[in-house]
Amino acid sequence: MNATADIIKPHAVLPDAQPLLTLKGVTKTFPGVRALHNVSLSLYPGQVTALIGENGAGKSTLVKTMTGIYQPDGGEIAVDGKVVALNGAHDAFAQGITAIHQETVLFDDLSVAENIFLGHAPRTGLGLIDWRTMRAKSRAVLNGMGAGHIGPDDRLKDLGIANKHLVAVARALSIDARIVILDEPTAALSAKEIEDLMMLIEHLRAEGKAILFISHKFDEIYRIADRYTVFRDGEMVGEGMLAGTPQNDIVRMMVGRAVDQIFPVRDSQPGDVVLSVKGLSHPTEFDDISFDLRKGEILGFYGLVGAGRSEVMQAIFGTTQTSAGTMTLDGKAVAPKSAAEAIESGVVYVPEERGKQGVIIGMPIFKNVSLPSLRKTSKNGVLQLAEEFSLARQYTQRLDLRAASLSQDVGTLSGGNQQKVVIAKWLATSPKVIILDEPTKGIDIGSKAAVHGFMAELVAQGLSVIMVSSELPEIMGMSDRVVVMREGRVAAVLDNKDLSAETLVRTAAGIAA
Amino acid sequence: MSAIGTTRQIPDRLDNPLRSLVFSWEALLVAVAVAIFIVNSLASPYFLDVWSLSDLTFNFTEKGLIALAMALLIISGEIDLSVAAIIALASTLMGMAAVAGVGTPGLVLIGVGVGIACGAFNGFLVTGLGLPSIVVTIGTMSLFRGIAFIILGDQAYNSYPASFAFFGQGYVWWVISFELVLFLVAAVIYGFVLHKTSFGRRVFSIGNNPIASHFTGVRVARTKFILFCLTGLMAGIASVLITSRLGSTRPSIAQGYELEVITMVVLGGVSILGGAGSILGVVLAALIMGMVTFGLGLLNVPGIVMSIFIGLLLILVIALPILWKRLSRRRIA
Repeated sequence: MNATADIIKPHAVLPDAQPLLTLKGVTKTFPGVRALHNVSLSLYPGQVTALIGENGAGKSTLVKTMTGIYQPDGGEIAVDGKVVALNGAHDAFAQGITAIHQETVLFDDLSVAENIFLGHAPRTGLGLIDWRTMRAKSRAVLNGMGAGHIGPDDRLKDLGIANKHLVAVARALSIDARIVILDEPTAALSAKEIEDLMMLIEHLRAEGKAILFISHKFDEIYRIADRYTVFRDGEMVGEGMLAGTPQNDIVRMMVGRAVDQIFPVRDSQPGDVVLSVKGLSHPTEFDDISFDLRKGEILGFYGLVGAGRSEVMQAIFGTTQTSAGTMTLDGKAVAPKSAAEAIESGVVYVPEERGKQGVIIGMPIFKNVSLPSLRKTSKNGVLQLAEEFSLARQYTQRLDLRAASLSQDVGTLSGGNQQKVVIAKWLATSPKVIILDEPTKGIDIGSKAAVHGFMAELVAQGLSVIMVSSELPEIMGMSDRVVVMREGRVAAVLDNKDLSAETLVRTAAGIAA
Repeated sequence: MSAIGTTRQIPDRLDNPLRSLVFSWEALLVAVAVAIFIVNSLASPYFLDVWSLSDLTFNFTEKGLIALAMALLIISGEIDLSVAAIIALASTLMGMAAVAGVGTPGLVLIGVGVGIACGAFNGFLVTGLGLPSIVVTIGTMSLFRGIAFIILGDQAYNSYPASFAFFGQGYVWWVISFELVLFLVAAVIYGFVLHKTSFGRRVFSIGNNPIASHFTGVRVARTKFILFCLTGLMAGIASVLITSRLGSTRPSIAQGYELEVITMVVLGGVSILGGAGSILGVVLAALIMGMVTFGLGLLNVPGIVMSIFIGLLLILVIALPILWKRLSRRRIA
């Protein structure tokens, strides 16, 4: 693969070329999170810059800042050396900045020509849309980029995802965009479609556009990019020309930090196999997943976003149907068809989307906690409030929940405390296996430590934990073993002894050592 | 780690339950009911009479019975607009059976059975096929009443057995009608089911967040199916009562009842978006609606004006809580 990198790019621009877009000291803070810190970035005309970083490194915040959706708290953005204020998507548009996203933000029910010219359609003398010119121009743009198979009158919804990307690019060309941001454009494409897109990017580069290319896939980055910029925890940690930079250097920059958070020290002695999954498959999301979970073990699931980890977990929890495969729990075959059945058998799931799938906002804390245990807290179907309160108190206090009262609406709690309510509700069911999907995503440091400490306590008591996480320190700090998934399959099952972050990232991205 | 929690005890609740009762929607409804009672007794000399007041109860008992089940359905996030059409279909089939010589117990069974069957049909379309209930029940509203029209045309059935008259015309004791007793008993049962049982708790949780409820092991589809069947059951019971009270069936029977039922439910404080409400509120709202329409009737206000009044009331009770929230938010800001 390094051979690709050594090819000298014919378009490599002289190093003293003037950047088209410059970010200097850009900072963006959200309540409790510093998404971007003192970020500097330059995009050069006729060059493709790859933006590389782990999930949550600040890439999407950066894209939103560059396209005017977010306004930075500090620093400046300059186009052609002139400082500009991007107060909304319209300003970015006027500066010739356009972004093509993983999921295109076009209009399904409009025609291709309408999508290309929405907002800047050619007009007739009467101020009406000049359809004839619009169609002709659309055809010219599409032909010019080798996409003549797309007609101006095609409905967008009839096109595949790859062709939708092409329309988005055509739109960028039609507004004469000079700065094109491609945010993981290949995520949903086939190999052939990716190759077509690569050719198109080369075409854009040859026209002198400054291109920011965001991707997790190293082969694509080395195939197309001239420069690289690596982000970590909202900061730019390295940049340079890609030619001559080995992949391992970039991986090292991505993971960089040592495991700096403090994780509980555990003396883990996993016992017998509790949950055994064999050949679990789904028509589209995952294929042939097999692994064993032992008593008192924390099994980490690592992978890139879209690797199919959550889908596997939901299949084990009965909320996603499978096409093949078997599961055994304590040696007995199980095939849950609903969450209710999974809970009954002792498997519970703390979902990633806490607000949507985890807590029931609008209901008080104690009712959230008792909901899956109502059979235990009621007599012949009649509620026993005292039982419910005592159950809720017992488990929320074990998790050190911070709340004014147990009758408080769960929606008034912070994200971290909401997560504690979700975990408390499952503990009250005395489960055998608890699956935590991104358990500390978007919660404060203090709650994170509480959740981690609690996981350690649970496995010490003989529970088994599956932890899906995209955070390397969390995976490395908590897991006994790590299942790495890539594109819906198990790429490797690694023992967390002397496991390096580089190995994990390489396995997840499919890079040979 | 587990020692941390023992340092501080989280209280069960903070606000005084008595205080929250005084400032509740139900307390407001009681005040409104008292005010309307006073206005009615001043406006018409015929209002303050035991038989007059007894007649008044017939204005809300039948719709109120359906409103009890409808409240649970709306709290769960669904709705049934076909209840009046179910009454028409059930009444028509009872009429046919009466002509064929079926006795009173059989007629009641047919009325109630048709109601449950119609509710189950709605429930299957919504939970089995995943269709939105507002569309399904607009469809079945036309379907059920359409069948009644085809069977009856411009005819009427009125050959019901004499013993059948008790349900809609009978009195249990003095001025206390069978309908009123049935309504009060049903209200107690529904209040208990909604507020005191785990089934009721799940109804609230589904209305607040069906996805999270599903992910917490609540059998969402099954619960909603049961609620549709209950609503059909109550419409079937109401059909028996109305048919018995009128002693005849026309296909236009109970026309427009669904709007009055839904107005009762919403006026009773049930959130039209689901997730909140109480049976006490619905009972009070039924009483208020009954008093208002009866009072207007005593003043010889024509039916079409009453329908205008109910339309305005429905808009008002839906708009009021939203406007109130917007207003109080502005005051904070």
